[in-house]
Amino acid sequence: MRTAFIQEFIRQAREHPDLFLVVGDLGFSVVEPFAAEFPDRFLNAGVAEQNMTGLAAGLAASGYHVFTYSIANFPTLRCLEQIRNDVCYHGLPVTVVSVGAGLSYGNLGYSHHAVQDLGILRTLGELTVLSPADPGETRACVRWLANHPGPSYLRLGKAGEPELHAEQPLEPVPVKVLDGNAEVALVATGSVLKSALEAARAVHAEGWQVPVFSCPWLQPADERWTAALAGFRCLLAVEEHVAAGGLASLLRDALPPAAEVRGLAVPLAVTRQVGSQEYLRRQAGLDAAGVLARLRAWRTG
Amino acid sequence: MATASSVELARRARALAVQMVARAKASHIGGALSMADLLAVLYTEVLNVRPHDPAWPERDRFLLSKGHACTALYATLALRGFFPVEELEEYGRDGSRLMAHVSHRVPGVEFSTGSLGHALPFGLGLALGARWRAARHRVFVLVSDGELDEGSNWEAILFAPQHGLDNLTLLVDYNRIQSLGAVAEVLDLAPLADKFRAFRWAVREVDGHDHSQLRDALTRLPAEPGRPTVILAHTIKGKGVSYMEDQLLWHYKSPDAAQLAQALAELGDHR
Repeated sequence: MRTAFIQEFIRQAREHPDLFLVVGDLGFSVVEPFAAEFPDRFLNAGVAEQNMTGLAAGLAASGYHVFTYSIANFPTLRCLEQIRNDVCYHGLPVTVVSVGAGLSYGNLGYSHHAVQDLGILRTLGELTVLSPADPGETRACVRWLANHPGPSYLRLGKAGEPELHAEQPLEPVPVKVLDGNAEVALVATGSVLKSALEAARAVHAEGWQVPVFSCPWLQPADERWTAALAGFRCLLAVEEHVAAGGLASLLRDALPPAAEVRGLAVPLAVTRQVGSQEYLRRQAGLDAAGVLARLRAWRTG
Repeated sequence: MATASSVELARRARALAVQMVARAKASHIGGALSMADLLAVLYTEVLNVRPHDPAWPERDRFLLSKGHACTALYATLALRGFFPVEELEEYGRDGSRLMAHVSHRVPGVEFSTGSLGHALPFGLGLALGARWRAARHRVFVLVSDGELDEGSNWEAILFAPQHGLDNLTLLVDYNRIQSLGAVAEVLDLAPLADKFRAFRWAVREVDGHDHSQLRDALTRLPAEPGRPTVILAHTIKGKGVSYMEDQLLWHYKSPDAAQLAQALAELGDHR
């Protein structure tokens, strides 16, 4: 996804002379092509995320649409107040980009488990929050962002994620990526959509047509957003994030009380473990088998 | 040689700030009075601004990082014609745009602060933006001494010389008192000039109440080409009101009627 990000960002920068990239001394083997093509729109702020975000706001006030780029919790939680006060309050076009969503950097341990960002950043109502699931959604998000400068957050996975569905322009609604007529639907955000799709395909093979939605667009979630998920007896949210403040929480906030929302999230205990993303997803019940088990459990009541 | 207009502006701004704080029963008058002379010289002889066109693109940018001391800035801006002086009576009232930490909703205010350590990083972005867009305007940031405890400031102090930002000037209101005690006793900044020199800044030290010294420093910028300039302005907290001078208490307290009358008399306000 980070490769899709930088390739699309470079394409957009050719058309949008206001796009600017500020990195926090991270992005080795990712950001170099941008820096080479646009040396006057690239800056390494050093290992200093508060200053990076503050000066990004200042650059934004000078007429640029600035993307700050770092990994895990560094461009989000380390400089949360700069995002809140400098960017959001002043309504400036800064897009915070974090690579390594969820458990992408699982084997690097707790410091690199980015599983609270959505809950925390969703409380900043000024932010548009985007969380793509695959390279195609990432490109669509970057295209949308380049055309809509404003306070925003782009939550990216790492590298090598597969394309999960056909690319389409970003709309401020959940995207149906697998059709179905069941009373329950799977709703995922981020690259863990893959687990949801695999679980759904397994039950489709048995004749149980569970639809799957991807949510690259999380905030703002207006009536149109909720309408896309109306009519189901139950929504099973799948997210690489703790339960507090994440996708299931958003669904409960946004949907009518009648809709039952169940969540599959990262238990805090899993953040104490290290291992590959695949291993930690298994530990969290967020692999395809875990999602499948929850689906079957719902059916049997 | 003192300039009558800046001295008079500082005197009137102090009197207005004291009245605003008394009326609103607000805090932070000490730090407003300590920087009043800096603001007066900036807004009479240094900053290229247009009070009737606050968003003029070529204006110099002034950022107040010690947002709690905004009474002196609001008063200075009003006296310079950015908005009516009468509006200062609204300071701190319910629904007023003159909120008790500096607000960018007020004409002439570039940036809202209140949490310390935010304006200098933002100023770097403005200075970089000006340079990359080949604009000639300059950026001035005023910080308190106490807020130099904030790590974000030192991130920015490290950054500015790396990029040769000589269109940026940092003013330190060095009144030596912070929220809970003397700076020397909480987190001593000394030797502050040496610290900035070690970080590759051009350093000037002035008496922050001497308008000639302030004018001399602020009209010869950058102090060294290719480097950001820091002006360490040695000041007295509560300057201009005898019972407030150098007193920690006046970081918090609001003057009562008798104290207000005495303050205005000392400031030569004979209304």
